[in-house]
Amino acid sequence: MQPATPKGPSDFDTFIKGLWKENPVMVQLLGCCPVLAVTISMRNALAMGLATTFVLVCSNILIASIRRFVPKQVRIAVYILVIATFVTIVDYAIKAISVDVYKALGAFIALIVVNCMILGRAEAFASKNTVWKSLLDGIGMGVGFTFALVCLGSVREILGSGRLFGIDLFGPRFEPWGIFAAPSGGFLVFGGWLLFFGWLQARKQARLQGDAK
Amino acid sequence: MTTVAKQGATPTPAAPSSAYMIAVMTLVATLCGLLIVAAYQITQKPIERNEKQILQEAILGKETGIMPRAERLTTYAVNLQDKTVAKLAEGATAKEKFYAGYDASGALVGIVMEGVASGYGGPMKAIFNYAPDQGIIVGFSVLDHRETPGLGDKIKTDAAFLENFKELAVTYAPETQTITNPIATVRHGRKNQPYQIDAISGATISSKAVGRLLAKSVEVMTPIIMAHIDQIRRGE
Repeated sequence: MQPATPKGPSDFDTFIKGLWKENPVMVQLLGCCPVLAVTISMRNALAMGLATTFVLVCSNILIASIRRFVPKQVRIAVYILVIATFVTIVDYAIKAISVDVYKALGAFIALIVVNCMILGRAEAFASKNTVWKSLLDGIGMGVGFTFALVCLGSVREILGSGRLFGIDLFGPRFEPWGIFAAPSGGFLVFGGWLLFFGWLQARKQARLQGDAK
Repeated sequence: MTTVAKQGATPTPAAPSSAYMIAVMTLVATLCGLLIVAAYQITQKPIERNEKQILQEAILGKETGIMPRAERLTTYAVNLQDKTVAKLAEGATAKEKFYAGYDASGALVGIVMEGVASGYGGPMKAIFNYAPDQGIIVGFSVLDHRETPGLGDKIKTDAAFLENFKELAVTYAPETQTITNPIATVRHGRKNQPYQIDAISGATISSKAVGRLLAKSVEVMTPIIMAHIDQIRRGE
């Protein structure tokens, strides 16, 4: 619980940190269950990312706007209530927009409620910051989450079924690499991406140290 | 993190009264309830339309449907206790029902039944087209399933497997009003009877679930449908 600093980070920093420096999936390793479960195809990954972003942004806004009235003792219950409300709304909305997507995402839409990234942002950010900052934080984190889902979804769809957005890439002679569509393949690809981002991070750090000398 | 305030080096602010906490939670809960009701009201109509459209497409669709020859559908509700059937009014729902399809001249083309069974990954829901004149199942389509991608989900796509449902015998005996030889799934390559389903090699559990699904629906529904087939033919 840090005291409110007089000079906070700029609006742009608030937005951009979720994309890269504090990416919820690749750096904080939060909300990995839907990341592994629904990223069989790009369409599912995008839909899940957008649904989660919507819930995150809406709950951040509402929680930030009522943060002064909510007593500390009941805050978690209130946050869960708010998050569950927006998840229910998203659930209805997806069903109304496309039954195909709804079927593909299945139980994982309802499980956005327990995505620790969303409760994490409510507790760590929205409960201490203005509505505007919370909105930016929500969008940044949501886009970062979607980006991570798309990273996995693209690799898994290309290798696992030879397609991208449902469009055949390699023709009929390509034998799909079934394991990438299976849950175990999700872990493999996720591990690969973590390795890649870790390597980027390490290289950046090494360069910074080199500059300092 | 939450207990930090308790060991107060600084004097902690007095805890708010229970009444205040309850009031805040009630207020937030009411607000959330209103939001959900509003969302439900807005999305209810499109959701119903979507579901109806998917079912219509699965039955009547000229390329993917299981009964492309039919022009219109009538829904019948089935009463399992009295063993009667009755036309279902538009907008009404029934637990046990089937769809009778008629061609442009009004002749009965086939009867679409629904079935559920437990597959490898969870519940599986499917519809199939029963042609009462020939006593065979002539079309089958999975509406919902949780089978393994790449293995069990072949029940939707495997051409050889779907070949089973072009002419699958329903052995209904009118004298006893029973099914003499229930539909059963046999191991890949062992099919030698018209009422058997040739399983997909590597997806036996999913194939067997399809067999159970068909056998169960056929056993419950066919005797009732066949007892009222003239009523259905007349479209009453």
